[in-house]
Amino acid sequence: MNSLYMHLPILPVLLPLVAGIVLLLLQGRAIVLQRSINLIATLGLVGLSLLTLDHAASSTPQVYLLGNWPAPFGIVLVLDMLAAWMLAATAVLALFALGYACIGTDQQGRSFHVLFQLQLFGLNGAFLTGDLFNLFVFFEILLLASYGLLLHGGGRERVRGGLHFVVINLVGSTLFLFAVGTLYGVLGTLNMADLALKISQTPAENHALVQSASLLLLIVFALKAALLPLYLWLPSAYGTTSAPVAALFAIMTKVGLYSILRVFSLFTDDLKSPLNTWFFNALIPIALATLLLATLGALASTRLRQQIAYLVIASAGMLLLSFSLENVPARAAGLYYLWQSSFATAAAFLLADLIRNARGDHADRFEPGPVMQRGVLLGSLFFVTAIALVGLPPLAGFLAKFMLLRAATEHAQVAWIWGIVLTSGVITLIALARSGSLLFYRAEGPVRGKYTTASSSQLAPIIGLLLVIGFMVVAANPLSDYALRAAQQLDDPSHYQNAVLNRAATSHPAKGDIQ
Amino acid sequence: MEGLIALVIGVLTASGVFLVLRAQTFPVVLGLTLLSYAVNLFLFVMGRLAIGVPPVITPNATAYADPLPQALVLTAIVISFGMTAFVIVLSLKARAELGNDHVDGRMEHKESQQ
Repeated sequence: MNSLYMHLPILPVLLPLVAGIVLLLLQGRAIVLQRSINLIATLGLVGLSLLTLDHAASSTPQVYLLGNWPAPFGIVLVLDMLAAWMLAATAVLALFALGYACIGTDQQGRSFHVLFQLQLFGLNGAFLTGDLFNLFVFFEILLLASYGLLLHGGGRERVRGGLHFVVINLVGSTLFLFAVGTLYGVLGTLNMADLALKISQTPAENHALVQSASLLLLIVFALKAALLPLYLWLPSAYGTTSAPVAALFAIMTKVGLYSILRVFSLFTDDLKSPLNTWFFNALIPIALATLLLATLGALASTRLRQQIAYLVIASAGMLLLSFSLENVPARAAGLYYLWQSSFATAAAFLLADLIRNARGDHADRFEPGPVMQRGVLLGSLFFVTAIALVGLPPLAGFLAKFMLLRAATEHAQVAWIWGIVLTSGVITLIALARSGSLLFYRAEGPVRGKYTTASSSQLAPIIGLLLVIGFMVVAANPLSDYALRAAQQLDDPSHYQNAVLNRAATSHPAKGDIQ
Repeated sequence: MEGLIALVIGVLTASGVFLVLRAQTFPVVLGLTLLSYAVNLFLFVMGRLAIGVPPVITPNATAYADPLPQALVLTAIVISFGMTAFVIVLSLKARAELGNDHVDGRMEHKESQQ
């Protein structure tokens, strides 16, 4: 048991990698075999991530030295509460997405199961690594798997959206490397904890270099997170891909946001850090503008899946807002919101697929259409999902927004924050109410064209995700407590740095009065 | 020497950015390739330029070249090589599926209204 805990930080990376390799060898074998191995591996990952969630709460950040090279010379994996939180969200989301894919989507193209596990490998690695170049490598792994998954099933629209996604991410990878290179050239290290130390000790003549490299990093992460000027690739990519992939990709934009949170909470911790300048104060306006424009995009959408894709961008804006307020309760609210928004958008993507299949020729376009088979059930599920997406009581989104608004009351720009968050909520509500009434109320006549009736096994993953959101309300107290402690851990990175650099704990200067 | 390398990286990047902004997929792929050449060179010289010095510990060596950027650039080359291969295949697929090599798969006919 002890050695299990000793190796716990690397297991969530190894399990999907091994499963992916095994699945690669089994390609062409019976689909039942591939499905069961993938399901077992993903179930194992859920169990493992719950174990890490429990373990991370009970100790200081746990550091895993790869090859036993001491940091900052070797590559380290770091398991702290934030990493465990992200791992758990990914694993739960993956389980339901896979459950839906196993009903038939996985057979529309080749290699679905291999790519699925490799995608999880990249995601988990990105959450656990403590090294900037290693983060780049895991980004490339998850991106390469995501290119394959995005194009799964083929088709004209998918190829067109996929091409944009691939090209813009390749440009992003180049920028990432430029940033990493500059940071290494100036500071001589790539370990994130060590970088944070070196940044705050940078002599003044190098400030401009460090600032421009960090700005490049921020741009790359904003690109992955689909923030304001860089989100145009997302609606066409997410809105056209197959449903389980879109559901899994609900966590992909969160990787960018996670990286912003992880890297910049370390880099800007020291008040003397050259990064405490204007451009990081510009994050709040960017977040608010993203939120507002994305909800307007949702209002203007002509297809259901496009609308949900815009809501993914809106949730990225909300998350950036909560992370850039730089206070602990706001970040905790953001982490809680991250779970709920990922699950809600995933459920919505899966549901949109069923609606599209049930409407025949009308697909998921917003136009008066036919009466769907099992329409009452689909409509009720849509209603619950919409409540979760908008953030109305009694579901978890309301709690998250409430916590965020309360955390922002002391902020100087509170009027803007409250105004835009609440306005965007109303716009989302109008947008979803309009789509719901168009899809379900203004329906008459039989279905034209080929249609399929939603089967109970297809509904199960959606209901499962909604139940998880319901569970988040029931368990709101322990979960928000956990998020709060994770945010506190981030707020004082000296624990992280001490753990990584294996220093004796030194007292950290009080920074309670920044905000 | 530093000036020359900087100039090369700058020209490569500028050409890469210019080509990436073109509307056909082939120049875009070329642009991505040039960008990755530029960034690989950039990573490599981040260990500072040194001539005739060993990267690993050897007796009698007076100075050393930084071995880490060399390892990084090796990784970066492999990744960018794989990515280029992928994007070439994808643009061929896009050419086949969309019927032209415009990056938006622009249709001159009525098909765009569907």
